[in-house]
Amino acid sequence: MTMTTLFAALFYLAALLFSVGLIYRIRDYARTPAPLVIPTTPAPRTVGGVAMRMAREVFFFESLFKGNLWTWAFGWLFHVGLALVLLRHLRYFIDPVWDWVIFIQPFGIYAGLVMVAGLAGLWARRIFVDRVRFISTPSDHLMLALIIAIALSGLFMKFVSHTDVIAVKNFFIGLLHFNLQALPSDGILYAHLSMIATLMIIFPFSKLLHAPGLFFSPSRNQADNSRDKRHLSAWAAKLESGK
Amino acid sequence: MAAEIKAPAYRQFSIAPAIQPGSMADTKTFVANEKIQEAIGFPPALVDDWHDRAIAKMGELLSKYRSFKVYMDACVHCGACSDKCHYFIGTADPKNMPVARQDLMRSVYRRYFTIPGKLFPKLVGARDLTREVLDEWYNYFHQCSECRRCSVFCPYGIDTAEITMAAREILNSIGYGQKYSNEIIGKVHKIGNNLGLPGPALTDTLEGLEEDVKEATGIDVRFPIDVKGAEVLLITPSADFFAEPHIDSLIGYAKVFHAAGISWTLSSKASEAGNFGMFIGNYQQLREIAMRVREAALDLGVKRVVVGECGHAWRVAYSFWNTLTGVGSGAADPYAMQLQKQLDHRYKQPMHICEVTWDLIERKVIRLDKEANDKHIITYHDSCNVARGSGMGDVFGGQFDIPRNIIRAAANNYVEMAEGTTREQTFCCGGGGGLLTDDLLDLRVKGALPRMEALHNVTETHGVNFMATICAICKAQFTKVLPYYGFDRRTVGGVHQLVSNAIRLGDK
Repeated sequence: MTMTTLFAALFYLAALLFSVGLIYRIRDYARTPAPLVIPTTPAPRTVGGVAMRMAREVFFFESLFKGNLWTWAFGWLFHVGLALVLLRHLRYFIDPVWDWVIFIQPFGIYAGLVMVAGLAGLWARRIFVDRVRFISTPSDHLMLALIIAIALSGLFMKFVSHTDVIAVKNFFIGLLHFNLQALPSDGILYAHLSMIATLMIIFPFSKLLHAPGLFFSPSRNQADNSRDKRHLSAWAAKLESGK
Repeated sequence: MAAEIKAPAYRQFSIAPAIQPGSMADTKTFVANEKIQEAIGFPPALVDDWHDRAIAKMGELLSKYRSFKVYMDACVHCGACSDKCHYFIGTADPKNMPVARQDLMRSVYRRYFTIPGKLFPKLVGARDLTREVLDEWYNYFHQCSECRRCSVFCPYGIDTAEITMAAREILNSIGYGQKYSNEIIGKVHKIGNNLGLPGPALTDTLEGLEEDVKEATGIDVRFPIDVKGAEVLLITPSADFFAEPHIDSLIGYAKVFHAAGISWTLSSKASEAGNFGMFIGNYQQLREIAMRVREAALDLGVKRVVVGECGHAWRVAYSFWNTLTGVGSGAADPYAMQLQKQLDHRYKQPMHICEVTWDLIERKVIRLDKEANDKHIITYHDSCNVARGSGMGDVFGGQFDIPRNIIRAAANNYVEMAEGTTREQTFCCGGGGGLLTDDLLDLRVKGALPRMEALHNVTETHGVNFMATICAICKAQFTKVLPYYGFDRRTVGGVHQLVSNAIRLGDK
């Protein structure tokens, strides 16, 4: 029971830090003014066009595709795999499980493999391409190691040593209702869960901020309409009234 | 530094060079002296408490510029930008990779503004701001031309130019400014233009031009200055008044206005389109320099503001002038309305000279004889600030098509350079962003490598002998650098130089 309490506490803490940290960051980005119109042109002239540009960046990594095909391929596979895996894991948090979540279960398994392949490719580039090696910090390697370890421990429980998924589900549903249920005592599961909690905790303090950051990137989210619409930030407007 | 400056060899394949750490570590542009610094309100020399003031300034910029803040956090070190910078391709110094250049700043940001950097600096690549780091900032943030090519390829749109601008703003705020840019900004305020050409000299030059054109064509083409009530105020880089080949484009603009019957004027107050305030990332300078144009437009009572061939000036005019001076449309505030009421909003404000000329060509108001340019086999170099920092016309990518349309209308022989080196992926000339100074000539020669390779290819395959462009810095840079690669310096010229050759003046 002590491990159950420990993990419950860990996940409450991780969820708190993750959400509060992320909300704080997003509010900070949203409140920081963008005084000048700086879209990387040619850029869409309308808000609808900007939404399309952003959607292509979010779903297809358009700029990265132009930049480097290998990085794009590995990165895109990893992110798509991760998205499917996360959706697959919804079954641990909802009851009864939605039909489409049941439908994607088998794909989620392949996605786990694809995700590891993508991460391995990204790591190989970090090690073997001299330019990327030069810019890599220890935390860049550790981040890859952490996510690969999370994926491998998850796949291990799927393919090698099953854990009691019903009990895991009861544990998480219990967490959502502040009603503690026993977590199966399973070393691999402990490893899997503690690494996930770690990832959640470091998210708002690390380069994982690229996820919200993209939406606030002025070179991507601004419309190219500077001659038709006067764009003035609050601090820049003050200079004017001082005149 | 004393070594002879030589062009690097063309690459066999257009792939990134193997990195050579430190190869440009000692390349340091001249530091501004006390007089230059004080003239534009910066501390005269490196202040004693530079460390604390630099960090404080960084904090201020992080709160004022969303771009800077988001770009400090968002990078994942994916390396997509790492082989995109012309200075990296030409020098192989890994700190000239966009991501590594950003990291010079990001490492300090992490140390002072993030929890992991405060707790585990080594782990996340965070560094204290030491004197060595400061010098590294100075050297490498003056090896970036703010061309934004890297931002095209970044999955988060991180624009190294924004970080370079922030770095230069911090350096200036602690008295560690660059001689070249800051001296020029001083001249703009004192004399009215970057080249320090005083009013009377300017008038003389323009009179001389009228005589030259009369001699060559037999026609009285005017070069008016400070004419109240003219329809168009032309704001053009001061290099157009006397530098070669710039002056040939100025003659081209004058002929276009003459042939179309548009009254126009230059301004002695705003005799400069360039705005180096952008290069040093200083909003106040950017605004003050732009304000001269507002004042000139109000004084002269013009209906339209048109900008000559200048890359960064067009970015400032197109993207920033409406913010800075209220010249465009779509404002409700009295300040902007004052100017906007005066201007004719059937036209975009401001307008690029290429937009004006292309519109006149399309409406057949002016006519061009293509044969006049038959000695030229022409290619077009997209200037970075036009390509990636502005637009033209009402259509997506107009900044690429309109200049090309004009060239095709003015000449018979036109050839594109290789894909990946043009349009939004164009390579900087190697001299933009405040680096067009002889103390950085080695860097400028090396930075021109990718463009020279592309030019070399079309000279080999198509016999190209003329590279048109619409930027005063590109023109000056190529004029200087082309000979290092074995080209004639007169290979570069303006789009309106071609228009000037071809336009019908008398019998229209």
